[in-house]
Amino acid sequence: MRIFDPHIHMTSRTTDDYEAMYAAGVRALVEPSFWLGQPRTSVDSFTDYFDALLGWEPFRAAQFGIQHFCTVALNPKEANDPRCAGVLDVLPRYLAKDRVVAVGEIGYDSMTPEEDDALARQLELAVEHDLPVLVHTPHRDKAVGTRRTLDVVRESGIAPERVLVDHLNELTVAMVADSGCWTGFSIYPHTKMSEDRMVRILQEHGTARMLVNSAADWGRSDPLKTRRTADAMLAAGFDDDSVDQVMWRNPVAFYGQSGRLDLEDAAPDDAGLYEGNSIERGGE
Amino acid sequence: MDPYVRMCSALDRQLTADARGWLTDAVARVGRDPAAVRSAFPAAGRRCGRGPLVDGWTVADAARARLLTALPLRGAALAAEITALHRYGDAAEQRAVLRSLALLEDADASFADRGVPLVREALRGNDTDLIEAALGSYGARHLDHDAYRHAVLKCVFCDIPLDRVAVLAERADHELARMLADFAHERVAAGRDVPADVWPLLRAHPGTLEASGLPAETRSAVPDRRAAALRALDAYAATPTSPAGAA
Repeated sequence: MRIFDPHIHMTSRTTDDYEAMYAAGVRALVEPSFWLGQPRTSVDSFTDYFDALLGWEPFRAAQFGIQHFCTVALNPKEANDPRCAGVLDVLPRYLAKDRVVAVGEIGYDSMTPEEDDALARQLELAVEHDLPVLVHTPHRDKAVGTRRTLDVVRESGIAPERVLVDHLNELTVAMVADSGCWTGFSIYPHTKMSEDRMVRILQEHGTARMLVNSAADWGRSDPLKTRRTADAMLAAGFDDDSVDQVMWRNPVAFYGQSGRLDLEDAAPDDAGLYEGNSIERGGE
Repeated sequence: MDPYVRMCSALDRQLTADARGWLTDAVARVGRDPAAVRSAFPAAGRRCGRGPLVDGWTVADAARARLLTALPLRGAALAAEITALHRYGDAAEQRAVLRSLALLEDADASFADRGVPLVREALRGNDTDLIEAALGSYGARHLDHDAYRHAVLKCVFCDIPLDRVAVLAERADHELARMLADFAHERVAAGRDVPADVWPLLRAHPGTLEASGLPAETRSAVPDRRAAALRALDAYAATPTSPAGAA
């Protein structure tokens, strides 16, 4: 089974996770830029993070046979901090990079005017740089936030098939599917969405334009939720082709719209160096 | 033929029609609006290719050099723009900036030594590709003796062939030879071999090897050290007196 995790924050994960993900079938992933659990206080802190998403992290992933791509953006939470708003000025440099396959995560957190502005400007940047976008939907007041997100997307003029709206649930899936955007689901151990609920959504809404991710990060989360959902699909009677569509072909089709999803057969290579440094510890 | 002209004509031959069209357009955009380089420069590898070209340049290096030489900026403003490209660049972009420094100074004397901080940053790192790019003719022109000697020694430590270091034969001095002789001694004392490209530099400064502790290692009580010393002295003796290859 081949798996493409379309949303996972590997910067927060260990090499054990990479090993387990490879063993479970994960061969490629996208790491969206997001906040770090505590606030950043300067633009430079963002750019160092973007550099890591484009440098050290793909190198680390490659050691385990996994191809790493990323999305960059000013996230909605930190769009509210005037110290971080300058990220938007430096973003065009990063949107031109080879492994950047979308603008994201953008969207709403608390639905403030600052978030409105950052969302609209970044949708414009996506059009300008010919990139798809990954849109986060708020945890609180999700249905209202999702509806408002879809309105802003529509007003921006970006083609809906270039938009992936993420963190959906039973109450938000239909409006996003009807909009023509791609639908994303984050499978978490205790919150958001479980693999069994996900299977019921797939039974009800079909497998087209559906993406499943682990969204694993520094919180309680599980980088193998993609595989567990695939297994739950098979147990519920979905065939291998449907699983492959959801777990591989859909994310490849969505992010492939960037023209930069350069997938190749990768084998683990633990002898490499990145800028002269290796992941080895404790001697040569 | 001038190396820049040779590189440009090789680039024109190698680019596909699409890539050539993109680059021509990007060069024109950068000529009109310097800020356009900020999106074009990172994209150059994807748009033009990354394979080898001539004289150690890749296609992407050459395309990026064309973008930089198209910037309608001089002196401090030019330095600020390329310093930011380097700051936000990945290793391939940084390499292209470093390799282009001499071209920028050739085209604009007021650029002068404003690229030296980028050279020094590369020399502090461990990326051998960047160290090599930093030791092109621009680095050789502007690094002071101390920095240049330490850079050459770092190349020896990192297994960068010394024939990649610009104007080494002219800049290598007695103190560098002394440092390399001490390095050779250290290697021999560890029972290890000395990289072959060290010998011509020692040959060019007679007496430096003899003044180091290396010859005495032939009398070491440790068999490995004795054997390494004999191998080293044989290799030194077999090296022609005029330094070859260090152009």
